[in-house]
Amino acid sequence: MDNILSILVFFPAIAGLLGFVVNKESARAYGITVAAIEFFLSLWLWFSFDASNAGMQFVEIIPLIPDFGVGYYLGVDGISLFIIILATLMTLIGMVSMNIAKNVKNMIITLLFLEMTMVGVFVSLDAIIFYVFWELSLVPMLYIIGAWGGPLRIYASIKFFLYTFTGSLIMLVGMLFVAYVYHNLTGVWSFAITDWYTLVLPVDYQLWLFAAFFVGFAIKVPMFPFHTWLPYAHGQAPTIGSVILAAVLLKMGTYGFVRFSLPMFPDASVMAITPIAVLAIIMIIYTAMVAYAQKDMKQVIAYSSVSHMGIIMLGIFAMNAEGISGSVFQMLSHGIVSGALFMLVGVIYDRRHTKLMSEFGGLASVMPKYAVIFGVMLMASVGLPLTIGFVGEFLVLLGFYQVSPIMTILAGTSIIIGAIYMLSLFKQSFFGPVTNEANKTLKDLDAKETMSLLPLVAIVIWLGIYPKPVLEPIDNSVKAMLSFMDEKAITVEAKDMIRTAKTKIIIEEVK
Amino acid sequence: MLQPINVSLESLNLITLAPMLIVIAGALIILVLDLINDKLHKSLYVMLTLLVLFVDFGAVLGLNVNERGFFDVMLIDGISIVSQLLIIVGSMIFTPLALTSKRFHEYSYPEFFAMFLFMVAGFQFMVTSDNLILIFVGIETASLALYTLIALHNRANSYEAAVKYFTMGALAAAFYAMGSAAIYALTGSVELYKVAEILSLRLGETGIMITIFGASMLLLVAFAFKLSLFPFHTWAPDVYEGASAPLAGYMSIVPKIAAIVVAIRIFGMYIDLGVEWVRIILMVLAVLTMTLANIMALVQEDVKRMLAYSSISHAGFVMAALALSTTEGTTGIFLYYALFMFTNLGAFSMLWISRHKNRRFNQRYDHPYEKFSGFIHIMPVGAVIMALFMLSLAGVPPFSIFWGKIYIMQAAVNSGYVWLAIVMGLNSAIAAYYYLKLIVYMFLKDPVKDVDTVYYNLSKPLMAVIGLATVATIGAIFYVQPLVSYLYYMISASGY
Repeated sequence: MDNILSILVFFPAIAGLLGFVVNKESARAYGITVAAIEFFLSLWLWFSFDASNAGMQFVEIIPLIPDFGVGYYLGVDGISLFIIILATLMTLIGMVSMNIAKNVKNMIITLLFLEMTMVGVFVSLDAIIFYVFWELSLVPMLYIIGAWGGPLRIYASIKFFLYTFTGSLIMLVGMLFVAYVYHNLTGVWSFAITDWYTLVLPVDYQLWLFAAFFVGFAIKVPMFPFHTWLPYAHGQAPTIGSVILAAVLLKMGTYGFVRFSLPMFPDASVMAITPIAVLAIIMIIYTAMVAYAQKDMKQVIAYSSVSHMGIIMLGIFAMNAEGISGSVFQMLSHGIVSGALFMLVGVIYDRRHTKLMSEFGGLASVMPKYAVIFGVMLMASVGLPLTIGFVGEFLVLLGFYQVSPIMTILAGTSIIIGAIYMLSLFKQSFFGPVTNEANKTLKDLDAKETMSLLPLVAIVIWLGIYPKPVLEPIDNSVKAMLSFMDEKAITVEAKDMIRTAKTKIIIEEVK
Repeated sequence: MLQPINVSLESLNLITLAPMLIVIAGALIILVLDLINDKLHKSLYVMLTLLVLFVDFGAVLGLNVNERGFFDVMLIDGISIVSQLLIIVGSMIFTPLALTSKRFHEYSYPEFFAMFLFMVAGFQFMVTSDNLILIFVGIETASLALYTLIALHNRANSYEAAVKYFTMGALAAAFYAMGSAAIYALTGSVELYKVAEILSLRLGETGIMITIFGASMLLLVAFAFKLSLFPFHTWAPDVYEGASAPLAGYMSIVPKIAAIVVAIRIFGMYIDLGVEWVRIILMVLAVLTMTLANIMALVQEDVKRMLAYSSISHAGFVMAALALSTTEGTTGIFLYYALFMFTNLGAFSMLWISRHKNRRFNQRYDHPYEKFSGFIHIMPVGAVIMALFMLSLAGVPPFSIFWGKIYIMQAAVNSGYVWLAIVMGLNSAIAAYYYLKLIVYMFLKDPVKDVDTVYYNLSKPLMAVIGLATVATIGAIFYVQPLVSYLYYMISASGY
């Protein structure tokens, strides 16, 4: 099946359209079945993926607007492969665990459309097609937050939409400019990212373009000064919305840096290392401290999620294989862990209709299964060895240590602060005597919830112990990208930065 | 002794007049039919109008590019053919909107349709000439018909709108006449191609810039009125509000296409002559128009007024493309209008089907936002379609207007105006807010309980029009390529 990517993109969309016909009572089963098929399709993609090939695979090109250089151009490499699987997995698990009474059918259809846009973003290799999916992903999320959210849902959803929309329009101008430069040099219009990779741009162009793309991606990540939409979105979104948002949508931003900014503007990226690292460290420490100050469980998770996105950003700008591979791996781990944590908060919210930590205490004795899974996810989030969180975080810190030991140490405090707020959350909610009457009769996880959480626990432990099958394809593609960047870089600083990184890898391999 | 003037029929090239003659003949047929039998139903007239426009469309398609005719006052170049086609298609989409299930006064007069066709002929004259006098005749024919069509809606607001539009239009016409007179005084010609030749010779003379400045300022004011550019836009929202929804939608597109073609001919000539400040003034006007109209649209309480301001803002986009005066920019103008036409007429048609005879929600407005609260529960398909139109207007890909926006932005980047592209991007972001506001009302709020919110102005022809607009909005990605290459070919063929 050479066109598996198209199938992956459009299967959920067509299923969503057909979903309008499905009866309301059966909508849930329909959604889960479709999401499961989609997940298995993505697994199939993994099995037919050639892990030793670092380039793009399953490429499909259909010219759409040849006069303007826009084509339907899809492909997947080690970097995007696992994010696609993550997207399909989290959609499936989110749907299984979903606990929404109102308008289930609309929710299922919306989620299926959202799945199309998510997969679409990660497989498109044409900037315009990428932009199409990127912008389209806002609409279902707007609806999910706005229709099923908390009391401030409309404000939160509009804020989410406008923030991201504004950023991406600036990015669009950047894309148009790259296409213009490409046209000037070659006489051909093209929006294909692989064509753009071949452009060697002067440094001042690179800086401006880097800034334009940065605005679009940084708002999505969200980087430190642009992060204010996220706590609102998480605070108001229903559980499923938060799960998808944290697990997949935020990854679009970091993925964008890896796919666009680094290979297209290597010199500007190297120059941006320090400013971005500073922002990332502020983001890591500041949001971690904010997380500690929260009274609401979901807000703690939301801020911790921002804090961990800082680690991912830091790794991307380490400019070496450990850092970037670690970042990509951390994207997966963040997706699974924060997705699971949001689901866990949703579980307790469904039972008590509150998320305030002060309302709980001693939950461990009432809900032991829940407490165990929560504990595992919490450890993974903090980055305990042998969990998935450790692998990515360790690689990122290792990678960035080669750039700046001091900054790495500062970033490493995230593990400490993370442990502080996470453990205090765990202590307040789960340990001690059951003080609140309402908590005494709480039911433990039911079959549906257990079924949806256990696979995530399995993945957390499996990839924590043996990350190689996932890490290897990522590493291949990242190394290929780095050597490409090294060839392309024009300033000496950039060459040095990227080359020293490469030689270190070789030395390690010799050992 | 006077020599008899010999004019051979060949040299008149009467075929260049054929499209307008067809439309005028059609209008006369409608009037005659009414004389013979005055009990004919409006559906007959609607269908006749459509058929006449169809023949007109065919006649325009059959024209050869770059021909002159009728003592050289008619100019059939690429942009005149393209703009005529757009004008006719826009009119064809508009016509079936008369067939509502409720009876609206104006459509029961056959004169409405006759006048409508005269107006189309006027627009066609505007775009197929570079003779300032013939353009003036076209403008006035079209505008006088349009004022009457607005007033026919038979409401206090409509009279107000018509009178306001008439006054403003008369003022604009005066400015236009004075500007043309100044050009004539300067060059001794009213034919733009001759004007360009003479001006290019005299451009070096001292003091000529002041005269050019005067002439072009007068013309600019006239067209700023017609195109509702800031600060001459203030009539637009009131007129749109007073006019019936379909007519308002029509006014936001077809007259503007005609006006912008004339603007391309006049101001494009100045820019090509190297009078750089014309470009700067146009750009400043364009930026102010899109930004301020956007900000005004944010605070509107009525959807129709919001759409009126949004149309002004879109006109600003198009003006920016005009100021570039490159082949791409000009292609962008027509691409933008071709895409905008379907979506905007679709959106106004959605207002039309939700139109009640009386104002049920608000004393002041016909279409306050509250009217659309919980539209998803009342009419799910309608709400989804309206939301698609709003997203398209906001420039969310892959819906139609996105492709127009991106083309114009690319044209701006290509001419070295990156800042202009950024301003356009930011404006799209501002605009997203008010389009989203309607989506929020439709999807995320509950219906107003104490008012009867059934929308029964819907009929099969309206559904067909809206369906067509929806397909054109969603499927844009599949027809942008042939559209762009056709437009680009036509426009580069006529040397713009």
